Amino acid sequence: MKRHSAFSQAFFFFLFRGSACAAIAVLLLVIALLLFSGHAVISWQFLSSAWQQQDIAKGGIFPAILGSIYLGLGVMIISFPFGIATAVFLTEYGNHSRWRRLIQLAIRNLAGVPSVVYGLFGLAVFVHIFGFGMSLLSAILTLSVMTLPWVITSSVEALEAVPEQFRDSSLALGATKWQTVRRIVLPAALPGCLTGGVVGTARALGETAPIILVGATFFLTHLPSSPFDKYMALPYHVFILSTQHASPHAQEFAAGSALVLMAITFLLSLGAIILRYRFRRKKVW
Amino acid sequence: MPSDALFTGHRAYRTERMMDKVMRYVFSIVAASTVILLIGIFAFLLQNGIGMFQKVHPFAFFFGTNWNPNALAGAAWGMLPLAVSTLLVAVGALTFAIPFGLSLAIYLAYLAPKRTREILKPVIEMIAGIPSVVLGLIGLLFLSPLVARSFHLSNGLSALTASLLVGITVVPTIASLCEDALSSVPGRLREASLALGATEWTTIRRVLLPSAASGILAATMLGLGRAIGETMVVLMVAGNSLAMPNGFLDPVRPMTATIAIEIREVVMGDLHWKALFAVGLTLFVMSFLLNTVTDFFLYKKKNT
Repeated sequence: MKRHSAFSQAFFFFLFRGSACAAIAVLLLVIALLLFSGHAVISWQFLSSAWQQQDIAKGGIFPAILGSIYLGLGVMIISFPFGIATAVFLTEYGNHSRWRRLIQLAIRNLAGVPSVVYGLFGLAVFVHIFGFGMSLLSAILTLSVMTLPWVITSSVEALEAVPEQFRDSSLALGATKWQTVRRIVLPAALPGCLTGGVVGTARALGETAPIILVGATFFLTHLPSSPFDKYMALPYHVFILSTQHASPHAQEFAAGSALVLMAITFLLSLGAIILRYRFRRKKVW
Repeated sequence: MPSDALFTGHRAYRTERMMDKVMRYVFSIVAASTVILLIGIFAFLLQNGIGMFQKVHPFAFFFGTNWNPNALAGAAWGMLPLAVSTLLVAVGALTFAIPFGLSLAIYLAYLAPKRTREILKPVIEMIAGIPSVVLGLIGLLFLSPLVARSFHLSNGLSALTASLLVGITVVPTIASLCEDALSSVPGRLREASLALGATEWTTIRRVLLPSAASGILAATMLGLGRAIGETMVVLMVAGNSLAMPNGFLDPVRPMTATIAIEIREVVMGDLHWKALFAVGLTLFVMSFLLNTVTDFFLYKKKNT
């Protein structure tokens, strides 16, 4: 009996360790396979010049990179203030009320809504009812709504990490709630809120389904110059190249574009994670 | 700054009081907008999709086995093959993602040295950050030929291929939620069990996993929600077939993929548009039920 259980412990612990190795292997494998099939097309020309529809080998993906950067910036501008303000309400003003509970339930549900459903919502509301058309603005608004629950969740975590004594001391000195939030709580929590938000934005940048619905384009004659212009975006570019393009080299170019997309999202979230780590270490509360 | 010192002037004091009240309202209104947003999403899906059920009986819509919107001789609106495809892919993904995610969580919570944990956690976060279109591409280029060869299929684009890749997108969710659940089990339970002479493994299996069971269940349900909602992977590698699937090796077309494929050929307000919004509404209701039940689970756990 005893020997049996020792054996099963060894066996299962081996499996657990194996799963950790497997997780690392999955990540490395994805990166390696992309590098294997896409590295050949990466060049300065590929990154910096306009897309050529006729001969894809002649052009680059610059408009798609730029479109994705615009999307990312737009999402940050809209979802950060709303997300952080909601988190402030939940942690500072909510006081375990029923209202707060309802908002938490709404946030969990918003986080679970499939991205393609956000796309349908954006299509019905931003594209048609608000009349923004298949523009950069519609895509930014749709992606912002999708990112909002992620920003809220990470901001709540950052705000809850601020010690309760900070608030108590400030209030005891006669400061109002808003003064306490503005001068004490927010400055302490903001780096945490922002890093969480950046990770969320990086994830939103990789989302393809919503922008299929609210209308990215595959080819542009000129770069977008206003929020109402048409736009290209990296994930959509990868999708079209890999599934709907006739060129024999399309797969290779899809892998190359996917590499660029991965590099952007990873650099964004890795940068944010490192910043958060640094910030946490520096602080002694 | 004079406005800071509350007692220097009556006016400054009053302004601060005013600001405090104003900001309280501002924050409440912004926070309330999340609830309004959720209701708004539901309302717009309903408004655009409800017309479908006036034309086609809900029973025929949900249980019809033929989905063929572009047929010249009368379109068919049976959603069942799409729903079965969705469930097939989701169940396939979870049968591999639950054991994988749970064992990652056990490793992280109990076995991993601190150093390893600090590497493994970002790795899991990065797996969560792989854009699903990239996984779809990997599936097209490498996994589907592999599946085709190992099962002697003419085409590797199948529910199985999609399940494996959707599983990868779900593993991080399950792993991190299970780890939260396992780490919130009080340490004294583990110590007590070890002190009674139980081995580590017996302790994990008999004491820690049962105490974390509700958290693990919640992780599973959220994972299911994510698997049902995954779009790009199934759009690219599930095989895109509208026939009723018979098994994991058949090509399928889940609900999410159907919306993404068909929406761009559709004119706003026509029957096809309404049908796709009705599919979206179904997805929304499924995820709403899963998330709400999970939320009550987790909330109850937190407060007991």
